[in-house]
Amino acid sequence: MIEIRGLKKFYGSLEVLKGIDLDVPKGEVLSVIGASGSGKSTLLYCINGLEPIQEGSVKVDGTDVHAKGTDINELRQKMGMVFQQWNSFPHLTALENVALAPKIVKKKSRAEARDIATRQLQHVGLGDKLNVYPSALSGGQQQRLAIARALAMEPDYMLFDEATSALDPELVGEVLDAMRLLADEGMTMICVTHEMGFARDVSDRVTFFHEGILEEIGTPAEIFGAPKSEHLQKFLSSIR
Amino acid sequence: MFDYNFHWRPVMKSLPDLLEAGLVTLQVAALSMIIGIVIGLALALIRMHMRGPVKWLASAWVELARNTPALFQLFFFGFGLGAVGIHMSPYVIVLSALSFNCAGYLAENFRGGFQAIPDTQLRAARSLGMTVWQSYTRVIIPQVFRIVYHPLTNQIVWAVLMSSLGMLVGFRELSGETQALASRTYRIFEYFAVTAVIYYVIVKIILGASRLLAARLFRY
Ligand SMILES: Nc1ncnc2c1ncn2[C@@H]1O[C@H](COP(=O)(O)OP(=O)(O)OP(=O)(O)O)[C@@H](O)[C@H]1O
Ligand SMILES: [Mg+2]
Repeated sequence: MIEIRGLKKFYGSLEVLKGIDLDVPKGEVLSVIGASGSGKSTLLYCINGLEPIQEGSVKVDGTDVHAKGTDINELRQKMGMVFQQWNSFPHLTALENVALAPKIVKKKSRAEARDIATRQLQHVGLGDKLNVYPSALSGGQQQRLAIARALAMEPDYMLFDEATSALDPELVGEVLDAMRLLADEGMTMICVTHEMGFARDVSDRVTFFHEGILEEIGTPAEIFGAPKSEHLQKFLSSIR
Repeated sequence: MFDYNFHWRPVMKSLPDLLEAGLVTLQVAALSMIIGIVIGLALALIRMHMRGPVKWLASAWVELARNTPALFQLFFFGFGLGAVGIHMSPYVIVLSALSFNCAGYLAENFRGGFQAIPDTQLRAARSLGMTVWQSYTRVIIPQVFRIVYHPLTNQIVWAVLMSSLGMLVGFRELSGETQALASRTYRIFEYFAVTAVIYYVIVKIILGASRLLAARLFRY
């Protein structure tokens, strides 16, 4: 369970998150939508501690992410993250990309790490690319590699930050399929996305961010069928 | 009229001594590279991530190493420190000066290398639970190393050649040894001609080895 209370985040004097309260229970798929600059990416960074926060708290399974005594590296093993920019490690093969963290963070043996990596790559349909370097992979394949790399740490939560928005349209489908598969398997997911189809079909709940405020949250039917806030109505009509 | 008679026998007889001195040259160059890489990395990271006096010191180091004659740097470690009572052996003087110089040059190369790696690489590594140390040693630095690989090769060649200045502080590396032997036999030209060939061969071996190593290391 992820519990966010009164979360405020500033970049210098710019208030990017203005007091967010949000609970994400185990097993839920939550989509986050909203205009560019509304603070969606920042929310994910604050959840896994990549950005410090100024007020409030984020707890993951009861552990405060931003508390002094927290072992953030250990906590992050519970939360996989996939970013908008493809960031496979270019100097490592697909297999090595995925095996690296299990080996050096979880201290798995070389053979075990390779096993895990092979399984995860097969899982996202890259079983035939084990020894290929990322430069020889398409954007869609690199994003699936990033998903496999995160999953290899056996996380309880997955955070997706617009995993498909830098992709050519014809490559979006394969990445969304991998995410869908994961959702079907019961993974707890927070997905920042511009793919309204995905948000509607796959998520349990959808939340709309507007200028650093969590303006509306509800089931896909509520958000897309009966949006209450004026900003959300405007946002939805702007993207249709 | 050109009436110099070449006598190659003395220099050929001292060839083993010269080759041995060549190894000393190679050793001091290699050691100074290792020290230079470690300090250069540190200087680059300090200049990018720290503020205040430590950063100023690092910047001063880089500026001095890059913008003053290498010979002056050598004399500083030899006669400069000697004047204030710090006496070091010729070997240590040359090693210090070379390391100082290499570190300064490499720091700039490393800095450029680090800046070429997108921030997202560090974020991705940290998001997998890697510590800062692991992220740098396993993800960032290997990529930087590839970017600076050729400048690094040039730097070791430069270190080999610059070490010849060592003879001016009494260091018996390849040039110092040549000087000593040549002045005993008065076959100055022959000695330095042969030594030039030895330098040339050393440099060619380094460049060849570097190319082979690159082919093995960088398959991406
Ligand atoms: N490192 C940073 N330093 C300063 N300001 C930042 C930084 N990162 C983001 N911001 C600002 O914070 C605000 C929220 O950014 P964020 O990236 O969270 O938005 P977003 O909702 O993810 O937008 P997008 O859909 O474009 O990705 C923006 O105004 C952005 O300019
Ligand atoms: Mg964003």
